[in-house]
Amino acid sequence: MTQKRTINDFDIDFMRQRKPAAWLSGVVLLVCLLSIVFRGFDFGLDFTGGTVIELGYAQPTELSDVRAVLETQGHGGATIQYFGSRTDILVRLAPQDGVEEDSAKLSDRVFKALSQAAQGQVELRRVEFVGPQVGEELREQGGLAVLFALIGILIYVALRFEWRFAVGAVVATMHDVLFTVGIFSLFQIPFDLTVLAAVLAVIGYSLNDTIVIFDRVRESFRRVRKGTVIGIINSAINETLSRTIVTSGTTLLVLVALYVLGGETINGFALALIIGVLVGTYSTIYIATASVIWLGLSRDDLLPVKKEGAELDPLP
Amino acid sequence: MNRYPLWKNLLILGVILAGLLLAWPNLYSQDPSIEITAARGHEISEASPGEIKAALENAKVPLKGIESLEGGKLLARFDTPGEQLRAQEAIERTLSERYRTALTQSADLPGWMRWLGLNQMSLGLDLRGGIHVVIDVDMETALEQAVERYSGDLRTLLREDKIRYLTLTRDGANILIRFEDAATRDAGEKKLKREFRELDIQASEESGAFVLRAGLPETEQQKIKDFALQQNITTLRNRVNALGVAEPSIARQGERRIVVELPGAQDPGRLKEILGATATLEYRLVDTEGSVADAVAGRPPVGSKLYYERNGAPILLKRRVIVTGDQITDASAGFDSQSGSPAVFVNLDGQGARRMRDVTTENVGKPMAVVFIENRTTTKLVDGEPVKTTRKVEEVISVATIREPFGRRFQTTGLDSSAEAHDTALLLRSGALAAPIEIVEERTIGPSLGQDNIDQGLASVMLGMGLVLLFMAVYYRVFGLVANLALVINLVMTVAVLSMLQATLTLPGIAGIVLTIGMAVDANVLIYERIREEIRNGNSPQASIHAGFDKAFSTIVDANVTTLIAAVVLFSFGTGPIKGFAVTLFIGIITSMFTAILGSRALINLIYGGRRLNKLAI
Repeated sequence: MTQKRTINDFDIDFMRQRKPAAWLSGVVLLVCLLSIVFRGFDFGLDFTGGTVIELGYAQPTELSDVRAVLETQGHGGATIQYFGSRTDILVRLAPQDGVEEDSAKLSDRVFKALSQAAQGQVELRRVEFVGPQVGEELREQGGLAVLFALIGILIYVALRFEWRFAVGAVVATMHDVLFTVGIFSLFQIPFDLTVLAAVLAVIGYSLNDTIVIFDRVRESFRRVRKGTVIGIINSAINETLSRTIVTSGTTLLVLVALYVLGGETINGFALALIIGVLVGTYSTIYIATASVIWLGLSRDDLLPVKKEGAELDPLP
Repeated sequence: MNRYPLWKNLLILGVILAGLLLAWPNLYSQDPSIEITAARGHEISEASPGEIKAALENAKVPLKGIESLEGGKLLARFDTPGEQLRAQEAIERTLSERYRTALTQSADLPGWMRWLGLNQMSLGLDLRGGIHVVIDVDMETALEQAVERYSGDLRTLLREDKIRYLTLTRDGANILIRFEDAATRDAGEKKLKREFRELDIQASEESGAFVLRAGLPETEQQKIKDFALQQNITTLRNRVNALGVAEPSIARQGERRIVVELPGAQDPGRLKEILGATATLEYRLVDTEGSVADAVAGRPPVGSKLYYERNGAPILLKRRVIVTGDQITDASAGFDSQSGSPAVFVNLDGQGARRMRDVTTENVGKPMAVVFIENRTTTKLVDGEPVKTTRKVEEVISVATIREPFGRRFQTTGLDSSAEAHDTALLLRSGALAAPIEIVEERTIGPSLGQDNIDQGLASVMLGMGLVLLFMAVYYRVFGLVANLALVINLVMTVAVLSMLQATLTLPGIAGIVLTIGMAVDANVLIYERIREEIRNGNSPQASIHAGFDKAFSTIVDANVTTLIAAVVLFSFGTGPIKGFAVTLFIGIITSMFTAILGSRALINLIYGGRRLNKLAI
């Protein structure tokens, strides 16, 4: 039987690089953490409150023209930027400080002024207003969501595997979350609700990856009677490597499609997931499994084969 | 080996066919349509479709079809948006007194699909355009108002029973009543406890005074809050229904918020104005004798107060209020039967009608004004902390001469346009709200952006799908094609489940679908890599297939459960569009487990099962 050569035939000593990898991760995460603490995030409207108005002009329009109109309306401090193309303009107004005006009327007034200036050649594509207290709530809920997702997953992994695996999985996941949001902080990429959703999806994806390898590690420990812990983990990673690459690859393919074609609103979402999938694949190998080794996993921890793995019925 | 029993194949086939059936309606395009409801005091009858057809024929607008909907509505379909708009104009022009219209989109499904209850996916506002508003009900004020009301009631009761008290004051959510001696206090306590069972009344002595402390217990406060929320929802529903928007949704969110969603609404400014207003009205006599100039200079005559009309002109009104907003039982817009000019018809309750008759009888020929009082709540940031301020805006919205004495029902004419009459009637009808409300979140999506979002979403689904299909076919050959078929069926199943549950599809929801396309092949990849491994280890093709599916199973389940946990957390914490992402992610994972494990196994069994094989195309 001629089997075509595939990337299955890897035999890489991943675990030998676990120390340098840990250093690398440590340094990068420190930079991320410092950036988050000192630079913070370029929070989107959802979290800061305020008003965003998206305008579709019939002709390409200069930002300065829009600014001039806004200044006459007393909103010189507004952020004005192109949104995808030179006919699409995004105006962002900070939460009002001491101005007594209905938010609803504010966006109307601003749009009317802009529409007049452009002789009606402009269309109101989107208005979003988030009150200050709502922004605060959304921030809180976002943090809680990440926390609960981590706790839920920790419990599941601890039930299905062993506590060392659970800790390893959560350490790797936190690594991915921190890295992803760290990139958003470092490069001051706008962080909105969809990015938060992406971060939660990263948690799911990163774990998905980790668990596949853990599953194989557990299986190898039971199957292979000789060999060191590190050797077995290495071979488990190698055995699943082609799957890791293929799945990450297809996921990245669709994410790139989403990033390119999905439009401006979904860009941050796609970007966060692209970062998350890349770093999630790395962390599965170097952080999750390495943590398990550091936590002192031995063969005996997995061997008591009292019907483990029989919790789920085999394929019917 | 590797054969499924017939029943299993049939079961899988059945599920897939059901999926195809459920997803089918989504292939039909949407017609620009008009939803027609009856105006106040009229109803949709069997003659209605004929009337509308006739009106459209007169206006030379081609009609694609007209049908009855549930809840006494009609739906008229058109071929183009232009015809739809012309049709609305025609109906409004000739039949506006009896019918209300709202622009909408409706899928032209064949009768048998409707009969089966099949439906298209429901699109979120970010895809179809529309207004999403979150309204916060000011519960603190609602409670204050309740305490205020109780203070009045307690005072009246004590007075009626001649129980003398020194002072009656409000202390936060409590009412403090001081008495001269213990005996009167005890008498008061007995009386109040009997009459106000819902209050928590406690006697005490504070710095030598004999005090009764009446407080609202937790359960009572909850009741007041629920009532305030409910009343606001009812009022908002009335206002929205009168606006003529198709498929509006008004729902409670948590303890104190109301979410209003109006798909495809055209004029956000006017909508928000009507939703956000907390209005009440007062009818007052105009002071025609006092000097307006003196009043403007700050010296209004005794018994009168200075107001301004909408155009800014000052006007003096008597301080005495004739009738207030809560005495209005109904108000509607129409046309004066004599002059044909726009008018507002108002109905009063018994008490209001008596007062109105007394006052108008004495003042025929004199002008009377309607003062519109709006409480506008805004939240400002003061030192980074949100602070609420409520501002009372008083405006004279109409001044009219009393032609003859009237009571229960009367009309106001002299309005600028029928639109103004319509809005005024709407505001009159809404009366006073139970508690002030404030718009705390708003998302308006224009129709063109909605369409762009759909197009971009579809494009990324297509491209993502195409790339994955290509890769799988090249990398796994025959098995890849099986995985591809599973992937396509997975997409159909996701759409089917979304259509069945009528879950809302949003732009992040489409992103969720794209993501699950990428992740769904994971199950196939896991299985196929296992099969390759088994073959490398020297097992026979049939045994390898069997072992591959078997061994990968628990890994697939474990790996997917974690993503499901993330999706559930997203669903419970997320709002609006994010929920949409959670829903499609969740559904996509579940359906992918079915198609990748059972579906592709069945197919591979059909292709390879039960025969001798030398090699596999994997």
